[in-house]
Amino acid sequence: MPQILVEELTKTYRIAERSPGAWGAVKGLVRRRWRTVEALAGVSFQLQRGELVGLIGPNGAGKSTTIKILSGILEPTAGRCEVNGLIPWRQRIRHVARIGVVFGQRTQLWWDLPVIEGFNLLRDIYRVPQDRYAATRDELVALLRLDRLLDQPVRQLSLGQRMRCEIAAALLHSPPLIFLEEPTIALDAPSKLAVREFVGRLNRERGVTVILTTHDMHDIEALADRVIVIGGGKILADGSFAALRAGVLAERRLFVDFAGAAPALEMADVRVVAASGQQLELAFDPRRITAPDLIARIVAAHPVDDIHVEEPLIEEVIARFYDLHGAAEP
Amino acid sequence: MSGIATTLRPYLAVCAGRFQLTLQYRAAALAGFLTQCWFGVIRVLIFAAFYAGGAAKAPMTLGDAITYTWLGQAFLVFLPWNADPDVTDMVRSGAVAYERLRPVDSYAWWFVRAMAWSSARVAPRAALMVVFAGVLMPLVGLGKWGLAPPPSLAAAGFFAASAAAMVLLSAAITVLINIAMVRAMDERGPNILAAPIVNFFSGMVIPLAFFPDWLRPILRAQPIAGLVDIPFSIYFGGVAGWSAVGAIALQFGWVVVLAAFGRWALERAMRRLQVQGG
Amino acid sequence: MDGLRLYGRYVAASIRAQAAYPGSLVMMISGQFLVTIIEFVGIWALFQRFGHIGGWRLGDVALFYGLISVTFAIADTISRGFDVFGSVFVKTGAFDRLLLRPRSPALQLLGYEFRLTRIGRLSQGVGVFTVGAVLTHFTLTPAASAILLFAIAGGVALFCGLLVLQATLSFWTVESLEAVNILTYGGEAAAEYPLNVYAAWFRNFLIWIVPIGCVSYLPMLAAMGRPDPLGTPGWLLPLAPAAGFVFLAVALVVWGCGVRRYASSGS
Repeated sequence: MPQILVEELTKTYRIAERSPGAWGAVKGLVRRRWRTVEALAGVSFQLQRGELVGLIGPNGAGKSTTIKILSGILEPTAGRCEVNGLIPWRQRIRHVARIGVVFGQRTQLWWDLPVIEGFNLLRDIYRVPQDRYAATRDELVALLRLDRLLDQPVRQLSLGQRMRCEIAAALLHSPPLIFLEEPTIALDAPSKLAVREFVGRLNRERGVTVILTTHDMHDIEALADRVIVIGGGKILADGSFAALRAGVLAERRLFVDFAGAAPALEMADVRVVAASGQQLELAFDPRRITAPDLIARIVAAHPVDDIHVEEPLIEEVIARFYDLHGAAEP
Repeated sequence: MSGIATTLRPYLAVCAGRFQLTLQYRAAALAGFLTQCWFGVIRVLIFAAFYAGGAAKAPMTLGDAITYTWLGQAFLVFLPWNADPDVTDMVRSGAVAYERLRPVDSYAWWFVRAMAWSSARVAPRAALMVVFAGVLMPLVGLGKWGLAPPPSLAAAGFFAASAAAMVLLSAAITVLINIAMVRAMDERGPNILAAPIVNFFSGMVIPLAFFPDWLRPILRAQPIAGLVDIPFSIYFGGVAGWSAVGAIALQFGWVVVLAAFGRWALERAMRRLQVQGG
Repeated sequence: MDGLRLYGRYVAASIRAQAAYPGSLVMMISGQFLVTIIEFVGIWALFQRFGHIGGWRLGDVALFYGLISVTFAIADTISRGFDVFGSVFVKTGAFDRLLLRPRSPALQLLGYEFRLTRIGRLSQGVGVFTVGAVLTHFTLTPAASAILLFAIAGGVALFCGLLVLQATLSFWTVESLEAVNILTYGGEAAAEYPLNVYAAWFRNFLIWIVPIGCVSYLPMLAAMGRPDPLGTPGWLLPLAPAAGFVFLAVALVVWGCGVRRYASSGS
C-alpha cells in the first residue's frame, strides 16, 4: 500500500480576463470573459513509505499546485489522491496532523516569541503528549544544535538558524511524511550542508518520507534517489537522477593542465570546449571513450601537470532537459 | 529663471509622487469617505438632539454647528495625527541620516512632503464631502442638515486665506512630530500622543466655542486651534470682520513660529545623528 | 474544551511577547486612554452648555458610554487576527500555513494577538461608567450585573462577528475593507449615546440591521430599571443581547463558506 497515491490529478483555474485600461475595467463589470489555465493535466505517481523524492520543474509548471493538493490546502478539479490512506482536502484536519511542511521563504514560528515558546505552542496545536514532545524536542535540539537559540525571539535569528528551527518545528509532532520547499534557499554553505545532512539522516535512519521541492539541484543530487520532473502540468520524468542525466547530457568534461602551452588537440570523440593558456577543457562521451582511456592517451602524448574530470553543471543538465521537453519557463 | 526651476524640481517631484500614490488608493479613499459620512451623521444628529432640548446657552446656531461638523469631516485628513510615514519607516529602519544625502534643504523637504501628502489625501475626500453634504443633501431637501455655503463673499474670502494657513500649519506640525520621533528614535511615542492632543485642541472633538467661556481665550490663542476651529468659524461667519483678520494673522504667525522652531530643532537633531553615526 | 486550553496558551504567549517591552506598553496604554477620555471631555462640555439630551442627563449618558466602551475594548483586544486577516494572511499567503495545522483557522486567528494596549480604552470605559453610576445613584444589583455582563458578552460577539465578516470579505478584496470600520468604530460611536436621541431611521438600523442597540441601549435600560421611551416591551430588554450571538453565528457560517471557496480556487 503506497503512502502517497496520485492518479490523473487535474487542476484547472478559471481566471477572469480583463482588457487593460479604464474602459476594460468597465467592460469587465458588464461581461466577464474567462480564461482556463490548466495547472495540472493528469499527473500520476506513487510514493512508498521512506522514499526521498525530489520534485522539480520550471516555475509555473505545476509543482506548487501538486504540493498544495498533497498537503490538503487545495482541491483538485479531477483525479484521485490519497496520502496515508486519507483524502487530503476532504479530511484536512486529520491529514495535516500527520504531515510536516517547511517553506523556505516563510517561517511558521511566531516572530516575536522565543523559539522554545513557539515550539510549545506547536505542541498544543498538534496535541502532542508532553512526554513524547519532550523527547522529540530534546532530540531535535541536539541534532540541529539549537540549544543556544531556544531563548531568542525568532526575528533575531540569522537565516540559517531560522531554517534549522523551522525544520525542527515541522518535526515536533513526528510526522511520517514531510514536504520541504526550498529548504536551503539563501543559506550559507555550512548551513546548507547541515540541512542536507540532517534531512538525509532523517530519511535513512527514521524512515521519514520526504518530498523535496527546490531549484537547488545540488540538494537534489545529494539527497534524492528518485526525481520527478513536472513541466507544463504533466510528469516529464520519474526515475533516478543518474538516468535523467544520462538521457539528456551524456557527456563529461576533462580539464587538463599542460606543462607547457596547451597543444592543439585533435582526437576522435573529443571536443575542445575551451582553451586558456595552459589549460584545455574537453568534452567527451563516456559511452564512446572512457575517462581512463582518454587520460592515458593524452598523458602519453603530452607532458601534463594536472587533470580532473567533471560532470557538466547540474543546472545545465536540467536546463537542457526542460528545453528538450519544451517545458522551459516562458 | 532656470535656477529657480531647478531648485524647485525635487520639491515638485515629491508632490507629484504623493499624488500618484494616493490615486492608487481609490478604494480606500471611498471607504474612508463613507466612514466620515457616518460619523458626520452621528454628530449632526447629536447636535440636533442637544439643541432640541433648549439652545439658550449655545454659542452658535444649530446650522452653524452642522456646517462646522461637515467641514471637519471634509478636511479631516489635514489633521496632523501621525508623523510622515516615510519618516516613520526611516526611524524604524535607522536610516534617517540618509535624508542628508539629498541635495535639498532638509526642513523645506520635509515641509513640502508633508503638505503634498496631506493635500493629496484630502483633495478627493473634501470634494466628495462637499458634493455629498453641500450639493446632494440640499437637492433632496435636507439642506438644513447639510453643509451651508458661507454667508457672505467676505466670509468666503477670509475662509480661503484661513484654509491656506491651515494647510501650512498642518505641515509645520507634522514636521514637528517627525522631529520628535527622530529625537526619540522611536516611532511609537509621538504617533500615539499626537492624535488626542491635536483632536482636542484643534476643535475637532467639539468646536472650541462650546467649552466654558473662561477657557475660550486660551483655547483660541494656541496654535492648534488654527487647524479646525479658526478656519471653520470664519467660514460660517462666527468669526467675522476684523476678528477674522486677526485670527488669520494669528494662524500665519504660528506658522512662522513653528517653522522657525522646527527648522532649528531639525538641524540640531540631524547634527546629533551625524555625530552618533546615523 | 481543548480549544479553550489552546486559546489560553495563545493568550499567555501573546502577553509574554508584549510584556517584553513594558515601557512601550505603558506608553501605548496611556495614549489609548487619552484618546478615548478626550472624547468624553467633549461630551461633558456639551452637557455644561445644554444640560440634557433627549431627557437624559450627563450621568445617564456616561453609563451608556461606559458600557459600549468596555464592550468594544474587549472585542478589540481579542479580534486582531480577523482585523488584519487580509493584509497579513491573505495577501502574503500566510493563510496556507493556518490551513496546514490541525485546528480551525478561526481559532488560530483568535489567538493571533491579545492586545494588551486596549486596556487603555477599557479603563476609560470603566472610569466613565463609574462616574455615571455615581452621578445617577446607579446600584449594581446582582440582576443588573447579570444583565450588563450578558450585554457585554453579546456586544463582544457582535463586534467580533463584524470583524469575521470583514475577514471573509478580504478573500475577495484586500482594499475597501475600511468600510467595515463604519460599523465597528462607527457603531461604537453611535452607541455612546442612548439611541432614542437619534432619528428613527438611524435608530432602527442600529437595532434591526446591525444590532448595536440590542447589546447596549436596550439592556442598559433594563439594568437601570427604566422603560424604553420608544415602547419596546419590558421583557425584551434584558434578552436583547442574544442578537449579538446570533450575528456572530451567522458570520461564522459565512466565514466557513469563504474558507471552502479559498481551498477550491487556490487564490
